Amino acid sequence: MDELIEILQEIHPDVDYETATDLVDGKILDSFDIISLVSEIADRFDVVISAEHMIPENFNSAKALWDLIQKLEDDE
Amino acid sequence: MLFTSYAFIGFVILLVALYYVLPKKAKWPLLLLGSYVYYYFAGWKFLFFILAVTVITYVAGILISRNKARADARFAEMKRLEKSGEGDPEKVGKEARKLYKESQKKTRRRIMAIGITLALLILAVVKYTNFTIHNINGLLSAFHVSKRIGFLTILKVTGISFYTFQSVGYVIDVYRDRHEAQKNFFKYALFVSFFPQLVQGPISRYGDLSKELYTPHAFSGRVVGRGLERVIWGYFKKLVIADRILPAVNTMIEAPESYKGVFVFCVMMFYALELYADFTGGIDITIGIAEMLGIPVKENFERPFFSKNIAEYWRRWHITMGTWFTDYIFYPISVSGPMLKLSKWSRKHLPERMGKRVPVYLASFVVWFTTGIWHGASWNFIVWGLGNFVVIMISQELEPLYAKFHKKVNTDGSTVYKSFQVGRTILLMSALRLFDCYRDVPLTFKMFGTMFTTWNWKAVGNGTLLQLGIGRADYVILILGTILLFAVSMAGRSGSVRDKLEKKLPMPARWGLFTVLFLVVVVFGAYGLGYDASQFIYNQF
Repeated sequence: MDELIEILQEIHPDVDYETATDLVDGKILDSFDIISLVSEIADRFDVVISAEHMIPENFNSAKALWDLIQKLEDDE
Repeated sequence: MLFTSYAFIGFVILLVALYYVLPKKAKWPLLLLGSYVYYYFAGWKFLFFILAVTVITYVAGILISRNKARADARFAEMKRLEKSGEGDPEKVGKEARKLYKESQKKTRRRIMAIGITLALLILAVVKYTNFTIHNINGLLSAFHVSKRIGFLTILKVTGISFYTFQSVGYVIDVYRDRHEAQKNFFKYALFVSFFPQLVQGPISRYGDLSKELYTPHAFSGRVVGRGLERVIWGYFKKLVIADRILPAVNTMIEAPESYKGVFVFCVMMFYALELYADFTGGIDITIGIAEMLGIPVKENFERPFFSKNIAEYWRRWHITMGTWFTDYIFYPISVSGPMLKLSKWSRKHLPERMGKRVPVYLASFVVWFTTGIWHGASWNFIVWGLGNFVVIMISQELEPLYAKFHKKVNTDGSTVYKSFQVGRTILLMSALRLFDCYRDVPLTFKMFGTMFTTWNWKAVGNGTLLQLGIGRADYVILILGTILLFAVSMAGRSGSVRDKLEKKLPMPARWGLFTVLFLVVVVFGAYGLGYDASQFIYNQF
């Protein structure tokens, strides 16, 4: 989780990712940020987030994203 | 049957009345029948096209859904067999299950690909055949080949871009397991053809629209009244503003040699107003009619001209199209295997910032090219789309510079700076839209250039503006109409204007207000309500 927060902070350093729950709905992360995030995650966690998982609910909070990464790791 | 015709207004009144009179079971079939009657009047031959797209995407959805259900059942059975020890671990074990799951997914992906390819093929043939022939002829001429391919007579099918995209989105969403496929063919046909949004969107998602579309709504005076309020507001935008300024725009773009310099700037501004009033007015009518039937349709605009930059503008203008492109083109391309490989490579070999952005820019390029060509089969629209791409990329690249500037100059909460940003967005967007106005790309560049080379700014005051097909009275109506438009937009920043009116004004006063607005439309509408003044601009896309 810490590594994920680190990646998120590289994109927007000024956001408190421990508490934020509306990263997409609150327009903090845009589609460009999401793509950067997905390729960083692919790189560091070796997990591919495909287009079908790219819905706001999966990116609205660091926790939701972390859960998704873990789910995808389990699937693999 | 244009939205602005008496026939359409009569049709809507009859349909809404019947909807609330008929028994529950007959409500959605009535909407389907109404939608097909509406489309029949747009052109009876169009029915073949919508039926073809509906059948193709319906079958694809059903096949994907059936495969998923079968695969899930088999997967669960394999798991059970492994647990109980009844099955051969090689055939039902984790690895076997994974392989089975992947193979079934591949099958579904194939069905999806065939379905959307067929649907898009119809769109491509209808929309792009002659454009392709035109370009091939251009190439033949460039290589001094005397042979030419003759153009084909192809029907211009109203609304096909909208319902094809909506149907393709449906198939992809079924594949992505966002919702199940609709088993009832006629219910699905209603989703594709729902008449208020058939010819100019919004491009709805099945998950958003379907439930309320099939729910039988009981009559509510409040709901019908609110829908009607929005419809009247839409007609105000279309007939009082868009259609009134239209002759001036047409006069200037049809005789570019006579209207250079400052008049190009006028085209920019006038056309921005015309398109905004035309498109948002049409969508207000669409959403208002759906609301009268108790069916909420997704908003397509969020005061786009108040955006700080073009990227934000595109999140607030034609929203359903933007999210369609993001979800079904931008994301799949950006996270595809080759793109992720490219991303890895570019981050290793290029400067950090650029390396990270290469895949995003490539995917954006495809999106903007497609957005351009979706709007029309011409180089004008392609260059317009790519123009948007270039501006957005430049502003992305300039971000570190902006950050430096904002560190030095505090602009937080500054109205002047916000106004500058809004003004910049309006100017940039309006300049790009010149491609929508002039006959071809070189002429558009040439006319844009005349703003800086032909210094005829004094012409604004010498009465030429009164010879553009609209007179003094038209300008007065346009100015007052635009002020009202602006005021309503400003009031809408903190929530729905109709909600506010409902809270502040008693019902008779509210009705009085909308009756006045209705009369304004009747009296000051460019050609009077009911006259088939002009097609909505987005009908042609």
